[in-house]
Amino acid sequence: MSEPIRQPRRGYSVRSLPGFAVVAVFTFFALYAPILILVAFSFNAGTSLAIWEGFSLRWYAQAAANEAVQEAAVRSLILAGVAASVATVAATMAALATTRTRRFPGRTMIYALINQPLMVPEIVTAVALLIVFAWIKVATGHTSMVYLISAHTAFCIPFAYLPIRARLETMDYTLETAAKDLYASPWKVFSRVTLPLMWPGIIAGYMLAFVISLDDVVITEFVKSAGQETLPTFMLGQLRRVVTPEINAISTIILAAGAILVSLFFWLSRGRR
Amino acid sequence: MAEVSAMSEPTAGALEREAERDDNRTRWLLSLPAMIIIVLAAAGPLLVMVVYSFLTPGDYGNVKWEFSTQAWVNTILQRDIFDDTLMWADAHLSIFWRSLSLSLITTVMAFAFGLPTAWFIATQPPGKREFWLFLVTVPFWSNLLVRTIAIQELIRAEGVINNLLLLLGIIDEPLQMMFTNFAIAFGMTYVYLPLMVLPIYAAVDKLDFRLVEAANDLYASRWRTFWRVILPLIKPGIIAGSILVFIPSLGAYVTPRVLGGGKNLMFGNLIELQFGQGRNWPLGAALSLMLMAAVMVSLIWYVRVTSRERSNV
Repeated sequence: MSEPIRQPRRGYSVRSLPGFAVVAVFTFFALYAPILILVAFSFNAGTSLAIWEGFSLRWYAQAAANEAVQEAAVRSLILAGVAASVATVAATMAALATTRTRRFPGRTMIYALINQPLMVPEIVTAVALLIVFAWIKVATGHTSMVYLISAHTAFCIPFAYLPIRARLETMDYTLETAAKDLYASPWKVFSRVTLPLMWPGIIAGYMLAFVISLDDVVITEFVKSAGQETLPTFMLGQLRRVVTPEINAISTIILAAGAILVSLFFWLSRGRR
Repeated sequence: MAEVSAMSEPTAGALEREAERDDNRTRWLLSLPAMIIIVLAAAGPLLVMVVYSFLTPGDYGNVKWEFSTQAWVNTILQRDIFDDTLMWADAHLSIFWRSLSLSLITTVMAFAFGLPTAWFIATQPPGKREFWLFLVTVPFWSNLLVRTIAIQELIRAEGVINNLLLLLGIIDEPLQMMFTNFAIAFGMTYVYLPLMVLPIYAAVDKLDFRLVEAANDLYASRWRTFWRVILPLIKPGIIAGSILVFIPSLGAYVTPRVLGGGKNLMFGNLIELQFGQGRNWPLGAALSLMLMAAVMVSLIWYVRVTSRERSNV
């Protein structure tokens, strides 16, 4: 038995591996099917989450009329708005300080501190805040939204910082040098040249921080005082009861809001490449 | 005026040094607000937690200010209520084990689906890749709780999967999928899968396909080419993706709470328990620090893998 003469393989592509395309297509299907089913049943006329009984907006109407939902939604939006705003201002300043520079003493420490909230599991930060805030609440008797706002601001900072830094790093320094050469004051250089150039990064950072705050459930659950439900913690509490498509309706609205913000974020940060 | 002339003319070097000092000070001042917020509401409380882990639990939660190492001992050991002998805290150990094994299962499942998906995206024509990548990232950016609820509604006893199987006559009564380890692993794979796809995609994208062609020309079988050429080349991406899935799985709280219920606790839920019904804040603090240490080790590994990968380019 002599070795057969080998022929070059026909129709062989180095880029295809058997079965991979099938698994990939299934994965994409599996990624979207649960979300689409959840959205579909938010429009269900019946109370079932699995049996379609016709189209209706009744669950949206019910959610909109639910005072607890209204209150939680408003609280979520205010919290995200305030936290994202403060975080974006602080992150912009920090980004200006840590980019486009040689190494300066303490830069690594500033980096590490700003990214610290990303590195610790949320549940750990949550109980650490619970401990400290419980102590402050007992000592001062003060139980306003300030705890939630400061906690959200802290974990929003790295998310706001990253796109702003990315924007700054790709910005052309020559324009600012030109402004300085033309005797613009440092403030004028910043407000008329640097700030307009970095604006898309700032907006992108704000969007990201807003979404992250809006979506947070773990830290909020541990930091909130009685009666300070946000939309996610309200939903988490509802899951213990009989679930109706009202949850789907609220979920769909959250998904839509997040999708809009994230799309805007991608659109704004696209320019930097 | 007299004072100015009395001062010796500063050298150029001194002026530069002074400018540098001013610059450093400005940079520090600019970073200060961000750092203060993070120290007050994220990093600082972690240090307070270290202190709390060495205190005595209060009767109704919180702590008494008496030094004790009991919380650390109790993370893995417990005292017999009758004869005071120390023994393994089986309840805790089984939860650690569940956390570790479910995180590993999640990582393996995410790899099994993530590798073909990443490969598929990276081998699309260049213009189409962005679209497929976008499809992977959209679910990742959508609300984690909502995605977990979507899985819950799917696998409930009266959920879509059970209804479908009943309808097709494959099963006679609904399968119990909720509140099982399977539900947790399934849910975590679903929510963390994009974290696996993205680094592997980056690795396949950089893969030099001439090497694959060379292997093929030298009559290596497909399997051999995959095993000996492709896999070693994309290994850093696989390791990075695996760690990125493993870390949030280990610290997961929402997914096991919603899908695992009250019996199938993971590390995060055990921590919560100490601050709720357990009323043992020091133990909760000690457990949190343990979890943080485990995550830190994984993170350091991740940084080493990715920086090695970068230096190889």
